[in-house]
Amino acid sequence: MTTENSSNENSAENQEGAEMTTETASSSLANISQAHNLGKRAPGTHVMGSGLEARGVHAWFGKHHALSNVSLDFSAGTVTALIGPSGCGKSTFIRTLNRMHEFIPSAAMAGEVLLDGKDVYAAGTDVTKIRLQIGMVFQKPNPFPSMTIGENVLSGLKLAQLKVDNKDDLLEECLVRAGLWKEVKDRLGAHAGGLSGGQQQRLCIARSLAVKPKVLLMDEPCSALDPGSTLRIEDTINELASSMTIIIVTHNMQQAARVSDYTAFFLSEGGPGQMIEVAPTNEIFSRPRDKRTENYVSGRFG
Amino acid sequence: MTTTANVIEVKPRKPWKATPTDRATTAFVLLMGLVIAAAAVKFTGLSGKLGFVFAFVIAATALEVFFSIRKYGRKALGDSIATSLIYVGATATFLPVASILLITLKNGVKGLRWNLFTTDMFNASFLDPIGNGGLLHALIGTLLLIVIAMILSVPMGIMTALYLTEIRGKGSNLIQFVVQAMSGVPSVVAGLFIFTSVILITPLKTSAAAGALALTILMIPTVTRTSQEVLLLVPGDLREAGLAMGATQWKTVATIVVPAARNGLITATILGVARIAGETAPLIFTIGGADKLNLNPFKDYQSALPFYVWKGLTLGTPESIQRSWSAILILLILVLALFTTARTLGGRRMK
Repeated sequence: MTTENSSNENSAENQEGAEMTTETASSSLANISQAHNLGKRAPGTHVMGSGLEARGVHAWFGKHHALSNVSLDFSAGTVTALIGPSGCGKSTFIRTLNRMHEFIPSAAMAGEVLLDGKDVYAAGTDVTKIRLQIGMVFQKPNPFPSMTIGENVLSGLKLAQLKVDNKDDLLEECLVRAGLWKEVKDRLGAHAGGLSGGQQQRLCIARSLAVKPKVLLMDEPCSALDPGSTLRIEDTINELASSMTIIIVTHNMQQAARVSDYTAFFLSEGGPGQMIEVAPTNEIFSRPRDKRTENYVSGRFG
Repeated sequence: MTTTANVIEVKPRKPWKATPTDRATTAFVLLMGLVIAAAAVKFTGLSGKLGFVFAFVIAATALEVFFSIRKYGRKALGDSIATSLIYVGATATFLPVASILLITLKNGVKGLRWNLFTTDMFNASFLDPIGNGGLLHALIGTLLLIVIAMILSVPMGIMTALYLTEIRGKGSNLIQFVVQAMSGVPSVVAGLFIFTSVILITPLKTSAAAGALALTILMIPTVTRTSQEVLLLVPGDLREAGLAMGATQWKTVATIVVPAARNGLITATILGVARIAGETAPLIFTIGGADKLNLNPFKDYQSALPFYVWKGLTLGTPESIQRSWSAILILLILVLALFTTARTLGGRRMK
């Protein structure tokens, strides 16, 4: 639906003889996102999931200051896209949210990350519980190679030592929500390595759903996938958005426009990465407040 | 840009590090473990150092489990037991090594005299006071042996590894099997082999070179197998990228694969040297054991530090045993110096 609309508009404009300027490109992005938002999730209707709030987050790798003073409020049940050129700290930022940043020995941070109002970095916090509530899908599909498809989906229960009454129901539910059930229901006992890249990534999404996270972080989940698989995963994200808070890092601005309610633009100008601007997605793409955001979303650099 | 002013004021934190409370808990666990262990040795059937250690491990683990369950819930049970076991294992590995080093240092330092490095034993006896004679001949002998063995076995080992990982020719399986079998050869057999097949029938007689040949037999499998492991770690993409630029296989291997595995290959060499530096048995038949400095590696009897140590220990007088301790210390320092040099030379160009 949405893609058809935008392409019609573009071709109409082209027929009128208007050149394909950067303005038309960015406004068509905004149209995609508007159409999408009106159809699926009107602002203010979100109730599920948990809110996550970053307050003045900094991140360091040794002496290298990678991320400076990022404050972002992710309301429960929204999808937020983080965009920006490579090396601007997007991935570092989402890794501070579920405390994966600290795996790098020289890492340090500052600021607060509040999950339902509680700082995940507070003293005495059980970090495994935090990561259980804030799930993560990585750039490269990483199903566990020694497990079958079914075992992969349910691996979270074993790893986090959770008990569930009906594993089969959960297995089916997760795979259905990740949009993979139809393709794998007859070979749940097969090893995950035989799946295609897109299927593996949806398997990883299903795996992270099994432990019922309140927040799902996605670090460029479609960067290694073909357009068909990308579309399937975007459908999955739309599906999930009603029940959890999703934060997705993406280099694909059409994708940001298609899936997100809010978009935050990150940029590093020589120094540490910073969050330049955050706004509802259609605003970022139609009338960005900051000149640098406008340059980026209109494709003038980056 | 306005935020850069704030940046300087914000201090990096590491909230994931242990808090003072955590450290206090750990200290308490260890202290209470010691107290309980002492009490157990005093009042129960457990006795001796071993009993104390046993009681300490049990008590400290139990306390650790108690505190982490109180903090994190039942889920922490497996975690804290595993943590305790890993600490016990690490300590059990570290202690013997540390005590060997310490005892060598303690006993060896007593006999260190300048004359050890400047003279040989030609005009002195092992029974003389430590101020007479020295081990220069053994030091030079060991260096010659290591250098010759390295010259022979490092290229051979790495080439064999390249054959096994890059060429993967028809002989791979056989060579793999032979290399594995060779790594199990007892070192004395290597010495006997060189004695019967080289010293008895070729012009090369008892000398440093003959000893180095025996050591080479021991070193090649170590170098080959370690090199093979690190070459396998080089991603196949890199080879393809090289080949895709029109390179021949040899050019790809020489300019891309080997430099990528460089540090690992240096480790392979170091492990190989470590394998042979302390060998005594293969030298008994092959270098003869001279008391005089011999700078010609291809002729005449030669000595080596392990050989010197062995000779001193078999004589058994306080003076000769003291010589052995000092020689062991010098051997350790020599090996350490070789490793450091290899690491520095190898790491230099990586930046």
